[in-house]
Amino acid sequence: MKRIQTIVTRDLKQSAKSDGCGECQTSCQSACKTSCGVANQQCEKLSHNK
Amino acid sequence: MIHQYQLNGYNIVLDINSGSIHCVDKLAYDIISLYETTEKPLIISKMLNKYANVPEIDEAEITAVIDDIENLRKTGKLFSADDYQNSAFDFKNRNTEIKALCLHVAHTCNLNCQYCFASQGKYQGERALMPFEVGKQALDFLVSASGSRTNLEVDFFGGEPLMNWDTVKQIVAYARKIEKEYHKNFRFTLTTNGVLLNDEVTEFANKEMHNVVLSLDGRKEVHDFFRKTYDGGGSYDLVVPKFQKFVKQRGGKNYYVRGTFTRNNTDFTNDIFHMADLGFTELSMEPVVCAPTDPYALQESDLPQLYEQYELLAKEMIKRKEQNRGFAFYHYMIDLEAGPCIYKRISGCGSGTEYLAVTPWGELYPCHQFVGEPKYCMGDVWQGVTNIEMQNQFKLCNVYARGECRDCWARLYCSGGCNANAYHATGSIAGIYEYGCRLFKKRIECAIMIKVAEATLDSTVTE
Repeated sequence: MKRIQTIVTRDLKQSAKSDGCGECQTSCQSACKTSCGVANQQCEKLSHNK
Repeated sequence: MIHQYQLNGYNIVLDINSGSIHCVDKLAYDIISLYETTEKPLIISKMLNKYANVPEIDEAEITAVIDDIENLRKTGKLFSADDYQNSAFDFKNRNTEIKALCLHVAHTCNLNCQYCFASQGKYQGERALMPFEVGKQALDFLVSASGSRTNLEVDFFGGEPLMNWDTVKQIVAYARKIEKEYHKNFRFTLTTNGVLLNDEVTEFANKEMHNVVLSLDGRKEVHDFFRKTYDGGGSYDLVVPKFQKFVKQRGGKNYYVRGTFTRNNTDFTNDIFHMADLGFTELSMEPVVCAPTDPYALQESDLPQLYEQYELLAKEMIKRKEQNRGFAFYHYMIDLEAGPCIYKRISGCGSGTEYLAVTPWGELYPCHQFVGEPKYCMGDVWQGVTNIEMQNQFKLCNVYARGECRDCWARLYCSGGCNANAYHATGSIAGIYEYGCRLFKKRIECAIMIKVAEATLDSTVTE
């Protein structure tokens, strides 16, 4: 695909196949405290395996 | 659902439901925008017409791109369906063990910042320090309410937590004493204005605090405008040398220098660059949370400049990284390969369910931004969560509970946004804080663009 480059990302549909373990950081518990999102959180399991 | 945007010379296509990200050239970008609504022969004729002056774009070339797009669709990386909305996720009955507490160890502060959402630490109430017994009970409550969760987060917050430092140390010591017995791992965060930062605090924090948040608004004149001592002087000269010394001794452990920007500094990238020039590399800068009538509140007319600032920041970060003088910006820290799973992305920030704030008197609130709103009190550290109806409201507050989010491309990046901001903007936690949404979307576009730039550094895919 010379005109389309797909960036490597986590497959969200695949992630739905197992329950969320909940071990990840709470969204607001880092540096924002006022405008949180989840995109900049990490998966506890995957980030340890990297 | 897809989202297409062009930024910094990149043509970017997001497939929302799979999380896929594509960097494409202009021809593919145009075809993707037509793909779902236009028959193939018409796409071909439109493209032949548009690119009539580009010899290499002929019918075969256009057809090849259409075939590539179709392959991506078939493999679930483009135009993928939303399988989550009607799936078996049972939000009301989902397991929401509490795993994080924000301990308000000091409802008082040694600075008198005019814009403080916590009203100089008092949260519209009385000044108070949390006794150790309350903090100890809070940890016992957290351990018992956290079920099988191993990692437990505790944030020492205020007001200014260093004004109750001995209690902080006692609470940490108690946590270290019980964590092995209960198979838990406590991660502490300290959020401080830096006034009382000294060698002893530094040594302890660098040993025990998983993360430290240092409050600095940027340039001296910007910082000193709001962050004043009680005698009316600015605090920049007081705290910056302490922060620099602290970070130097931090030894690579997590920290953020965190600022707030207001209508007074809509050129806030200059404050971020100033922080970077002071030697700090882990940075955060948040839009002020205040009443829309406050003179420093961000206005609709500020948005174009704020968008421009976020773009400028992203471009500068790419440049500085190439020059080996990069820094991290909290909202641009996006891990595409090891980011959150779909459960996290749908279920929201966790306030009121996985995350609670504890007042100096031991009351429980959905999060620090609800403290001071008596109707949101959910219980206390002795009896636990007793306001189950309130907890259920927060449990059900997910991206699909908000009509506006269902059709929003950013929903799986923001997870529905901040419940407190929604409440303050609309009177309901199920509402949306639209201004915040617009800033969030711009930030996410910039964050992804940086990742695309990194991934395509040696590629010629863009025009």
